[in-house]
Amino acid sequence: MNYDQARYSRDDQYEPLLAEKNAARVEIDEDDSPLPAELTRDSVELPDLSEPELARHYTRLSQMNWSVESGPYPLGSCTMKYNPSFTEDVAADPNAAVHPDRSAGSVQGSLELLCDLQDYLARIGGMDAVTLQPPAGAAGEFAGILVAKAYHEANGNDRHEVVVPASAHGTNFASAAMAGYDVVELPSDEDGRVDVDALDAALSEDTAALMLTNPNTVGLFERDIVDIAEMVHDVGGLLYYDGANLNALLGRARPGDMGFDIMHYNVHKTFATPHGGGGPGAGPVGVVEELAPYLPSPRVRETGGNYELFDPEESIGKVHGYQGNWFVLVKAYAYIARLGDTGLADASAKAVLNANYLASQIDYEVPYEPFHHEFAATAGDRDAADVAKRMLDYGVHPPTTKWPEFVPEAMLTEPTEIENRDSLDDLAHAFNAAMADSDEELENAPSKTTARRIDQVTAAREPRLSWRALDSDESEE
Amino acid sequence: MTRGSPYAPHTEAETAAMLDAVDADGEESLFDIPEDVRFDGEFGIDARGERELRTELSRTFAKNADLTEFLGRGHHGHYVPALVDDISRRSEFLTSYTQYQPEITQGFLQVLFEYQSLLVELTGLPVANCSMYDAATALAEAARLSNRVRRVSGTRILVPKTLHAGKRSVLDNYVSGTDLTVETYPMDDGNVDVDALGDAVGEDVSMVYAENPTVRGAVEERLSEIGDVADEAGALFCLGTDIVALGLLEEPASVGADVVVGEADALGMPTAYGMGLGLFATRESFLRQVPGRLVGASEDAGGKRAYTLTLQTREQHIRKERATSNICTNQAWVALRTAMHVAYLGPDGLVDLAKRCVTDAESLAAALNDLKGVKAPVHDRHHFREFVAHTDQPAEAIASDLEAEGFAVHVVGEHELQVCVTDLNARKTEELVAAFEEVL
Repeated sequence: MNYDQARYSRDDQYEPLLAEKNAARVEIDEDDSPLPAELTRDSVELPDLSEPELARHYTRLSQMNWSVESGPYPLGSCTMKYNPSFTEDVAADPNAAVHPDRSAGSVQGSLELLCDLQDYLARIGGMDAVTLQPPAGAAGEFAGILVAKAYHEANGNDRHEVVVPASAHGTNFASAAMAGYDVVELPSDEDGRVDVDALDAALSEDTAALMLTNPNTVGLFERDIVDIAEMVHDVGGLLYYDGANLNALLGRARPGDMGFDIMHYNVHKTFATPHGGGGPGAGPVGVVEELAPYLPSPRVRETGGNYELFDPEESIGKVHGYQGNWFVLVKAYAYIARLGDTGLADASAKAVLNANYLASQIDYEVPYEPFHHEFAATAGDRDAADVAKRMLDYGVHPPTTKWPEFVPEAMLTEPTEIENRDSLDDLAHAFNAAMADSDEELENAPSKTTARRIDQVTAAREPRLSWRALDSDESEE
Repeated sequence: MTRGSPYAPHTEAETAAMLDAVDADGEESLFDIPEDVRFDGEFGIDARGERELRTELSRTFAKNADLTEFLGRGHHGHYVPALVDDISRRSEFLTSYTQYQPEITQGFLQVLFEYQSLLVELTGLPVANCSMYDAATALAEAARLSNRVRRVSGTRILVPKTLHAGKRSVLDNYVSGTDLTVETYPMDDGNVDVDALGDAVGEDVSMVYAENPTVRGAVEERLSEIGDVADEAGALFCLGTDIVALGLLEEPASVGADVVVGEADALGMPTAYGMGLGLFATRESFLRQVPGRLVGASEDAGGKRAYTLTLQTREQHIRKERATSNICTNQAWVALRTAMHVAYLGPDGLVDLAKRCVTDAESLAAALNDLKGVKAPVHDRHHFREFVAHTDQPAEAIASDLEAEGFAVHVVGEHELQVCVTDLNARKTEELVAAFEEVL
């Protein structure tokens, strides 16, 4: 497939900035200000456009943006699946937009939904208790690690290390460090899984937790998970599950059954809530019974048909100002309920089938298998980033590139369950055609997207982060 | 629904052909999961049709009482123009993700660059990131930033005694892995007690946090002095505010703020049960210590201006445990809505809205003050959107009676209620006053 993205441009730039179209300065005049001049600013300068101009500006910008509804978006580890339209309508229900300080008695509907969602997620993860508060996966990791820390402290254990495989998401390292832990990095085995000997060497009385993604970042299931759990538990540590790849397991295996004590769910991945150009997400956390008292407050419970918020006895407190990313949670509930047991299991089956089918249709080496919902192909002696740029010209979004680091020129690919065979064939064509193109064609790609290759080095060396910064550049010239 | 996922498009023939292509007997054989951890798939969750679910959920939400909310305390709803709802829901915005391939995501990158630019205009500070989760986490990230900035050597964070409990709890958690400690300083009739603050600071203070407006709605009158107190101690001055207040109240840069945090979702979002948008702006010298994402302007191979994520070596996917923050997925789409709303209002609209936040609160306070048994506002200050009223009768009982009359207000003390007025409920203030009269 060939593709030409919309491109609105004028002079030396694409669609002008709001402020370049029209801006105005309003002076704050003491005579008609309700506040004395010393408590107000002098003036406000902002873009000043009519509604039709704004409608056009933003519509044009939308047309210069790729999305799941534009075509394949196989970003490995991001799970870019279709976001059903009806969940938007459900979340837009005017009765769903309430202030977080309302009395429990006056928001029984909202609390009922949250309570049911806690329950659904607990069943799906094989966990005993769930909090919905963390507003993203990384926030869930941080909350989960704080729960582990509180548990260890309550049991008089002074532990200062969290073990994380080298292949894990960067957020795992950052979240553990934020909680004050030293991070012990664990190398991968030759076959891409946790190196059990290295794990044995890394674990000690200092280990607070091991953070694992399963299947891992190249789609491999950690077959030794039961032994791994036992090893971690034997030294008194806790096992943390990163839910980024849960889409591969729905209905086939549950983190709780594998011995995980804490997990977060990326509802914006697994349960099809829109990623919104980078957020909002939601990162609920599930734990086993023993850890439930430490979960963030408040949680939701039902007693005799009444829903209420409550603070777990030994709660760590809050990781979000209120109850988390509410609209995202509503959409996740609607998605789970739409699919039910059979739909969730089928989503997983088709996601795994699609990854396997796509891998079989591309002329790339895939060093690690048997993979599940995602695979790491290697671009070999080509630059994966260049290949990715060229794929854009063939009408698809490329995979995640150059990650995980232990796969040379990695192209981490996750088609998800939403692609049919035709679109997988389009994807395969894009992979193969890009690889067959000349170095020159790769270096000059992309050419059919709004912008051509962007100079990211200059962007970082001479940061220009607002239109004021652009103005001052021009005035210097 | 027995077919499986309604969003997996495969026909049976297609599935069979694909299984054949990968040389598999069936879907199950593709799962490399040991028997001892296999799950039978029985969650006990029934699949429902789309229409059925819409009905179910609209019934569920209808169980929320229909109250007119006079609630705020840092989380505010303003009227959101239809344009914002309509265009922000375009699927190209809604169903995209982080702009890892900038050439094909110029639209969203430009939106985020414009959002950063709007915050730069409103705060007067040269650097704004393109979103945090909410005001509480933005404050907590500011505290952690103060710990990374070398010229600040202290470990104490000073916050007002009246700090919102949710913010305090998040702050405590975010600093729990550092050597930072959080202490409070007293307030004086709704404003910072600047003398007491002066006594509390010292060279061991890393950051002084103040709000304008305060959580009780008072306009802070001595911001520059607070900034000076922080500055003299070598501490960062972090100012909490919100995007509407920035349209009228003193410009943060002009009162010496080093970091500005707060809620940006007062524009662009309904009250959303506490879902937020954390704004974060700071000085240029702290650029490489800023948490979260930044969009920068650059050029493409054709010499045209184009945008890209930048300075990613601060971020967790590159720097891992040495990152400035663990934030990855943020609130980008909410930032889009907020930017659209600000652009919709324009400078006149934003200033007018902010002025109304002062005048509407003033008139409502005056009307309540006329009632026997109420003193409003309790603080002899200017107010923005909200104020605290003293009640002779127990506040809990009044709030509960008001709820029965269809109004929600905050209880903030045994004899203190807090009331917030915005363009959403301003037409209902007379009814609120009448209800007060009824229940007093």
